[in-house]
Amino acid sequence: MKRKEKAMKLVFEKSAAGRRGLRIPKSDVPTSIHLKKEYLRAQPAALPELSELDVVRHFTELSRRNYGVDTNFYPLGSCTMKYNPKVCERIASYPGFAHLHPLLPQLRGGGMLTQGALEVLYETDLMLREICGMAAFTMQPMAGAHGELTGIMMMAAYHRDRGNHKTTVLVPDSAHGTNPASAAIAGYTVKTVPSDEHGCMSLSALKAMLNEETAGIMLTCPNTLGLFNPHVKEICELVHSVDGLAYYDGANLNAIVGKVRPGDLGFDIVHVNLHKTFATPHGGGGPGAGPVGVAEKLVDYLPVSVVVKREDGTYALEYNRPKSIGYIAPFYGNFGVILRAYVYLLMLGREGLERVAENAVLNANYIQEKLKAYYDVPHPGICKHECVLSAARQVKESGIHALDIAKALIDAGFHPPTMYFPTIVKESLMIEPTECESKETLDAFIEAMIAIAQKARTEPETLRAAPITTPVGRLDETKAARELNIACL
Amino acid sequence: MPYISHTDQQRAQMLAEIGLKPEDLFSDIPPALWCRPLNLPEGLSEQEVRSRLAAIASKNYIHLTCFLGGGFYDHFIPAAVYALTSRSEFYTAYTPYQPEVSQGTLQAIYEFQSVICRLTEMEASNASLYDGGTALYEAMMMALRLTRRNKVIVDDSVNPIYRVMLHSYTRNLKIELTETENAGGLANREAIRRALDEQTAAVIVQNPNFFGCIDDFTDLAEAAHSKGALLIVSCYPISLGILKAPGAMGADIVTGEGQSLGLPMCFGGPYLGFMATRKEYVRQMPGRIVGQTVDAQGRRGFVLTLQAREQHIRRDKATSNICSNEALCALTALVYLCLLGKEGLRETAQLCADKASYAYQRLTAIPGVRPHFPAQWFFNEMVLDLPCEAAEAAAKLIERGYAAGFPLSRYYKGMNNSLLIAVTEKRTKQEIGMLAEELEAIL
Repeated sequence: MKRKEKAMKLVFEKSAAGRRGLRIPKSDVPTSIHLKKEYLRAQPAALPELSELDVVRHFTELSRRNYGVDTNFYPLGSCTMKYNPKVCERIASYPGFAHLHPLLPQLRGGGMLTQGALEVLYETDLMLREICGMAAFTMQPMAGAHGELTGIMMMAAYHRDRGNHKTTVLVPDSAHGTNPASAAIAGYTVKTVPSDEHGCMSLSALKAMLNEETAGIMLTCPNTLGLFNPHVKEICELVHSVDGLAYYDGANLNAIVGKVRPGDLGFDIVHVNLHKTFATPHGGGGPGAGPVGVAEKLVDYLPVSVVVKREDGTYALEYNRPKSIGYIAPFYGNFGVILRAYVYLLMLGREGLERVAENAVLNANYIQEKLKAYYDVPHPGICKHECVLSAARQVKESGIHALDIAKALIDAGFHPPTMYFPTIVKESLMIEPTECESKETLDAFIEAMIAIAQKARTEPETLRAAPITTPVGRLDETKAARELNIACL
Repeated sequence: MPYISHTDQQRAQMLAEIGLKPEDLFSDIPPALWCRPLNLPEGLSEQEVRSRLAAIASKNYIHLTCFLGGGFYDHFIPAAVYALTSRSEFYTAYTPYQPEVSQGTLQAIYEFQSVICRLTEMEASNASLYDGGTALYEAMMMALRLTRRNKVIVDDSVNPIYRVMLHSYTRNLKIELTETENAGGLANREAIRRALDEQTAAVIVQNPNFFGCIDDFTDLAEAAHSKGALLIVSCYPISLGILKAPGAMGADIVTGEGQSLGLPMCFGGPYLGFMATRKEYVRQMPGRIVGQTVDAQGRRGFVLTLQAREQHIRRDKATSNICSNEALCALTALVYLCLLGKEGLRETAQLCADKASYAYQRLTAIPGVRPHFPAQWFFNEMVLDLPCEAAEAAAKLIERGYAAGFPLSRYYKGMNNSLLIAVTEKRTKQEIGMLAEELEAIL
């Protein structure tokens, strides 16, 4: 049955003049300065005026209008929505971490007062090196895409240093949109390499496109179809043969962690989305962290600062690195996120990390196999951590699209999979269950997907009306873009 | 493994049901590509990891009385902020791609965009960027796209950390970045006007600037506009509790670091970059934007909008490569601003200014301590010249329990004796007095 939901008021609509949410301490200093009038604002900023309870109720109510991993199964493909252990949150709130000023180590003698934080950065770097097979990492990039840009900037520095005149970066057609955008923003021309009939990058097309202008290639492996490219090592060698660099987009590292290391395959640059493989929370869209690892030949180009361990066992920040690409973040990256990943790594250890990939892959294949009779599977066979289904059959039979299936899943109590990506599959539904979910949850999801496939034939109109259990139904996105209302002023 | 639910029996059952053997799961990867077992320690229990991390945290000394600022400040954070932002429905959610089950995140972002516009007196804001530095870089790129020009002027009173970031990011691009030297602590009008020409895309300034000095850029906005260039202002949001908003000065793009709005210092992140602009420029604004709309029954709801600018649609033609925002940090800033409210933010800003003014009086009363920019008004941060090297004085004060400020010699030539001192509403009269006594004692 449909829940009766009233439209929720904006926080500004709950404001009452004179109401207070916080008492500000009385001034204990004798001065009250009156700045020059031309420097002052005419009236205070029109922030809402609410009591603390008003604020608490408002945001608690907003939280109830959200799905999170703690509330619902969240099989959003390529986003890796795994469970976020509570202990990581607890440790991140320790005052020794939360209250540390980032400029402290830049004061003379201040480095010794931040040894714990520097140790966390240094040790995380070492563990990521081991997992990815790289020579060194920078912790500074604040998201995966920020890591991509950092990596491409290092690629450019490498070529500049060698006197290479390179203009082009290659990306497969199944790549995340951030890959071409990052390469373009760093000043490169982007060329797209098509996929072959197996869903992997076409080796012959790559060979034809490689030339002296190729600065490098950006590859996700397994790719966004959940497929591992068996020729990946050969691809790296081909790119190296024209003095190009191979960039590994670590968005899908969860599928191979402990099994395959990008460095062993020949990749020169790797970014790792800590929030995906190492279970730091996504926060509704951020913050993330995207550390970048490099092979030996690129170590000199890492951004400053670099955390080093001195002979006496203490940690220090090194700034004097003449070939460095410079600062890409004000400090040491999203320290709070790196800390959570460090805790997660310590808790899993070697064996736990191997189990991650095994169970993530088992769960994805379990879903793919159980649903292949009901939905098209464009690339059957073993998949890695995610499987891509297509609703092409439903479109043809009853005009039900991937979007309708996604919305019907919401009414069944599940967050939908990723829809319409990768774009090379029509009506795609990309499902990533992660290693955390139980057989019981997967079975319930499979049952819901089968029921939807049946409903698509018998009562398609109910799917087109979905979702009906949510505070709002399907929203008019065209109106949102045409009659732009992006702030309450 | 507590984060994997399957029992061995269930795994075997699942494999049997889909007709696979355990080794089949990775049979698509050629054996030659497999790695050796990872050389990592064995996993720890929660009890072990908590005691180990408590020991590591205790190596960080957080008991210094903090007068360090430089764009990152030790402000008070009300308890309700963390109580609300730590609700798992917020922090374990993803980007709101499915609006029906993400109205919480979406409405919060819409409200965040609204408070940023109200603070800065601008018309449009995005859903946030990584931090104040990357926000300034994105603003510069936006100005280059809007004007289709290639020159940018930056005054050196803009945070030096941000200025070096602008240089790193544009090294491979054909952009001419000119730095002007401040004039007595304020943006150098004469040098900026001289550098401005028909190829200038933007003039970048900061308020209060890195030295803590307050400025009014109305004249610079006019100068920039007369040449067809844009004015970009980086600002400190707490100061907007009392100071003239960049929008009122004629700024075209406003950015800043949102850490002071309820986010812990956390050794440099996660922080929050904000960005606001004029409505006419919104299609060149990078990052996510949330818009208001309705469902089929006319109920108000929120969606991600103007996505055609973004990388997942436009790929190499996108306005930027970023595909995330700092949603949880933006929520934090929103909750913080809602708790403080209109009067609370004004009072907090006034308190910062009053305490800084008191600190100025106490510290400049010490023989040999003088203001570096005596003619300028400041908000809550000031540059004082000591009768000795500032780095050495700061090091001595650390031993006495004070993070007294940031020595400017690292970034500014000839300022070896200058110390940048910040005072927030958290500092008491007694702490300020003690700092003055300790400083006097070491000089």
